Amino acid sequence: MKRFFCAVLLVAAAACSQPPEPRSRAKLRIAAAADLNAALGELVARFTASHPIDVTVTYGSSGTFYAQLVNDAPFDLFFSADVEYPRRLAAQGKTLADSEFQYAVGRLVLWVPKGSPIDPARDGLNALASRTVAHVAIANPDHAPYGRAAVAALQAEQVYDAVRHKIVFGENVAQALQFVQSGAADAGIVALSLALAPASRDAGRYAEVPLGEYPRIDQGGAILRWAADVESARAFRAFVIGADGRAILRQFGFSMPAD
Amino acid sequence: MDWTALWLSVRLATATTVVLLAIGIPMAYWIVFSPRRWKFVIEAIVALPLVLPPTVLGFYVLIAIGPLSPVGRAYARIAGHGLPFTFEGLLLASVLYSMPFAVQPFSTEFASVDRRLLEASWTLGVSRLETFRRIVLPLSIRGIVSGVVLSFAHTLGEFGVVLMVGGNLPGVTRTVSISIYDSVQSLDYGAASQTSLLLLIVSFLILASTYGLQRSVWVKPR
Repeated sequence: MKRFFCAVLLVAAAACSQPPEPRSRAKLRIAAAADLNAALGELVARFTASHPIDVTVTYGSSGTFYAQLVNDAPFDLFFSADVEYPRRLAAQGKTLADSEFQYAVGRLVLWVPKGSPIDPARDGLNALASRTVAHVAIANPDHAPYGRAAVAALQAEQVYDAVRHKIVFGENVAQALQFVQSGAADAGIVALSLALAPASRDAGRYAEVPLGEYPRIDQGGAILRWAADVESARAFRAFVIGADGRAILRQFGFSMPAD
Repeated sequence: MDWTALWLSVRLATATTVVLLAIGIPMAYWIVFSPRRWKFVIEAIVALPLVLPPTVLGFYVLIAIGPLSPVGRAYARIAGHGLPFTFEGLLLASVLYSMPFAVQPFSTEFASVDRRLLEASWTLGVSRLETFRRIVLPLSIRGIVSGVVLSFAHTLGEFGVVLMVGGNLPGVTRTVSISIYDSVQSLDYGAASQTSLLLLIVSFLILASTYGLQRSVWVKPR
C-alpha cells in the first residue's frame, strides 16, 4: 500500500511540474467578445503567419470579462463588444495609458431559420408582429449592446409593443441565435457577424436592420496594464486596426468606426 | 433585491421537490428491490446529472422540448404552446437536473432497511405496498428528508440549465441565480451581492436546520 501511495505521489508531482518550454516565443492572451468568434480566429491566423507569437483567445461576454479584469484577470488584450467597458477599466487605471482603441462597429440583422415562413428581406422587423411568430430571441438589453440595439430598432419601426411579449432573452447575442437555431424561437435579432459565421451561414436567411434605427454599437478594446509582453500586444492591436485587419473585419460583418 | 426572481426560484424548487417525491420514491424502490440485472443502467442514467455539466443537460433539454422534436410538437399540440421559455419547461429540466439528489438518498436508505423485517411482514401476508408504507417508509424517513432538502436546495441554486432553456423572462424563467448573473453583467454589483448574500443565508439555514433536525427528537436516530 505504501508503495502504491508513493507511486501516486510521484505521478501527481510529475503532473504538477511544468514541462520545460522554449522561452523564445512571445505570448499574447486575448479576452474577446462572443460576436468576434469567427473574425478574430481569422485575424489571429493572419497575424501569427507573419509574427512568431503564440496567441490564445478566450471568448465570452464583455461584462463578465470586465468583472474579471477589474480583479486583474491574466489577459494582455481586451476586445469588448462595447467601448464602455475599456473606458471604465481605463478610468480605474487597469489599462495601459492611451492604449484604448475602437476597432469595429457592430451590425444588426433579423435572422430566421431556412424553412421559416418569414421573409426577412421583404417584411423586415414588421414580420415579427405576425401571429405565426411566438418567440423572438434577442440578447439581454440590460447588459448586451446588441440587445439594446434590437429593442431600439423594434421601437424605431414601431413594432415593439406588438412584439414585446414574444421576446426571450439570450445571455448574449450568440445564445439568442442558438435559441433560433434550436427551433425554440422563431426569429432572432442578432449580430451580422454571427449570421455570416460558417456555422450559421447556410442554416438560415437574414436581412440587415438599417444602421440608423439603433444606437451605434461601437466596439472597442484596450491593452491591460499588466500585459506581459506589451510589444506583442501593441503589434496585434496595430494589425487589427490597420488596413489588413479592417478588411477582415468587414468581410466578417462589421463596419468601421470611420464609415 | 429581485424579490420576483427569489419567489420564482422558491416556487420552482418547491414544485420540483414535490414532483421528485412523487416519482423518486417509486424509482428508488424499484432500483433497490427490482430483481432485474440491468437496473444498474437506470441507476447510471439517474446519476448522470451529477457529472454532466448543466449546460449540456440544458442544451439537450432545449432541443428535446423544442418544436423540432416529436416530444415538443406533441406537447405544443396538447397544451397550445411550446415548452421552451415556460415555467413547465423549466420544471421538467429541474426535475431531471435534481433527480439524483432525491433518488440516491431515498434508495440508500431503502437498501439499509433490515431485510428480515420485510420478509417477516411478507410471510405474515401483508402486501408489498402495505409493507412499504408501514415498514420501509417510516424507517427511511431520514433519507427521505435528506432527499427532499437536497433537491430543493439544488434547484434553488441551479444556473446553467435555466440559462440554456429559460429565456430570462421576469416572473416566468428569471430565477434568482440568473438575476444575480444579470446584475453582475450590468455592473450592478450592489444588487448582485445583496441577492447573493440572501441566497447564501437561505441555503445555509435550510441545510443547517435539516442536519440539526436529523439529530433531534422528531426523527429518531438509529
